[in-house]
Amino acid sequence: MSGWRRHTGLLVPLVVVAALVLWPIVTGKAADRESAFTLLKAVALASSLNILLGYSGYVSFGHIVFYGFGGYVGFYLLSAQGWPLWPALLAAGLAAGLLAFLLGAAILRLRGAYFALATIGVNEALKAFINNFEPFGGPIGMTLNFRVYQAYGGAAQALALAFYLAAALALAAVVVSHFVRVSRFGLGLQAIRENEDAAEIMGVVAPRAKTWAYVLSAVIPGAVGALFFFKNGNIEPHDAFPLHASIELLVMVMLGGQGTVLGPLLGALAYQGMRGYLVTSDFFGDIQLSVSGVLLLLIVLFIPTGAVGWLRRRVAPLRRVLA
Amino acid sequence: MQSLSLLLASLPDGVLLGLVYGLAAMGLTLIWGVMNVINLSHGPIITLGMFGTFFLFLRAGVNPYLGLFVIAAFGLLLGVLIYAVAVHRVINAPHLSSLLATFSVNMIIIGLGTAVFTTSPYNVDFSLGSLPLGPVTLLGTRLVAALVAILYAGALYLFLYRTRPGKFIRAVANNRAAAELMGIPSTRILALSFGLGTMLAAVSGALIATFFPFSILSGGSYELKSFVIGVLGGLGSPVGALLGGLILGLLEGIIPAFLESSWVPVIEFALFVLILLVRPAGLLGAKR
Repeated sequence: MSGWRRHTGLLVPLVVVAALVLWPIVTGKAADRESAFTLLKAVALASSLNILLGYSGYVSFGHIVFYGFGGYVGFYLLSAQGWPLWPALLAAGLAAGLLAFLLGAAILRLRGAYFALATIGVNEALKAFINNFEPFGGPIGMTLNFRVYQAYGGAAQALALAFYLAAALALAAVVVSHFVRVSRFGLGLQAIRENEDAAEIMGVVAPRAKTWAYVLSAVIPGAVGALFFFKNGNIEPHDAFPLHASIELLVMVMLGGQGTVLGPLLGALAYQGMRGYLVTSDFFGDIQLSVSGVLLLLIVLFIPTGAVGWLRRRVAPLRRVLA
Repeated sequence: MQSLSLLLASLPDGVLLGLVYGLAAMGLTLIWGVMNVINLSHGPIITLGMFGTFFLFLRAGVNPYLGLFVIAAFGLLLGVLIYAVAVHRVINAPHLSSLLATFSVNMIIIGLGTAVFTTSPYNVDFSLGSLPLGPVTLLGTRLVAALVAILYAGALYLFLYRTRPGKFIRAVANNRAAAELMGIPSTRILALSFGLGTMLAAVSGALIATFFPFSILSGGSYELKSFVIGVLGGLGSPVGALLGGLILGLLEGIIPAFLESSWVPVIEFALFVLILLVRPAGLLGAKR
């Protein structure tokens, strides 16, 4: 495959992201924009996680650590150092990438469940550390002075700006995910996923490839974290490193189909949509977690390749479009 | 000098608690050792054990230590059920599948538990007095809980090394394919091992409930403790788990004498990651 045909897989994801951005613009409702923001955030995080999980097969159970760490770094620069939003987001992304680089050198040597456990440990250790770290406000966290928003034309304008930035980050995550998938680097990752020892023999420099996949999957969550807590106005250790959110991301990737570009995107939309419906419904409201659990179990047991993987296997003509 | 007296006060307590946490970790590590599955429904099962004590003691008036037998039987059956429904199909799948399958059980239990018990805290008002030993005072409930934990560990050891099903479990852990060729019914043995693992978790929850208040969400933090202990003692080594529990208990007893107690989890988890990196087989070096 050469030329544009290599990139047909990007078409549907781009259309979906564009539709998400247009939806609140068309309806013009602030509530819709908030929902779309949540969805775009989920898309950005799930697509990023997929770069590591889906392509290289390394299960990161504590991926939210990059979101929290980026959030803290960005928030600190915004509130204590008075940086503008743009460089703060960039710095947050780079900080998360640097953390992934340093961590990756150590923990990516572990395989399978040991790696998964280590990522949980890293998340909990960093959360506990920031709980004690006074410059970041310790257990109380930090609060943004309302005046910060005036630089962007008031709080309402800042919220709109945050929405477009979230859209840009989600788009970036999807595009990066696609280009990793079709690149030589991505092929190396997929070889590692299938059999790491064989991949190394075939000339894939596994430690380097894994580390860069880890870094790539961390940068955007870092920036998303900074953006979310900028919009939120305060940050606390408990909100920044929620372990269950890590697992929700895994569910999203799994639901849509790991190792595909469209899968995590669809999974994020489906999971958030389902959760929103269950939480507000009268019948399921109390046991929404159980219903989600049953659905997750059914998917894991019976459709382990996720929705996109299942469609690709069943409907051959879709293989070109659904990548 | 003040820190020394604080140390004397908190150290024995840490040891006693560590043994009880070690019992829970033993359940986690047994399941990992036999079938290479990290049981992410471990925490909620600990919590169910806690609620078991609560209802048996406060509603039915059963002595908490007699109630342990009921809770153990219930934990065993629940584990076999979880194995049959959620784990059996993914036992040979990549780790992500079994992690998510057991996590979905976690969600189901927590969701139902939240609907039934809400997330408000519960407390079992039970006391065995206290035992003063020189400058140290030991709480009766914690002392008995630690003894029960040791008793269970001993019973598990005897079961694994002195009985036929125990031998089968060790054989399956060692090499499932070879065990099957020798005529061992591996599916039944795997279900039994999972049941034993959840049984230990439920029993340790039942013991913890006699001295700490709890809610349906409490299991999560004990699950994390079990991970730390399991890795300290070597995943897959039930005896190591008890030792890991002791180490964790000692750390929780020693650290607050020198640092703010909020530093305890920082050190615990940093140690956890470090040991995974340098000695993934655990401090003892499991036999695998």
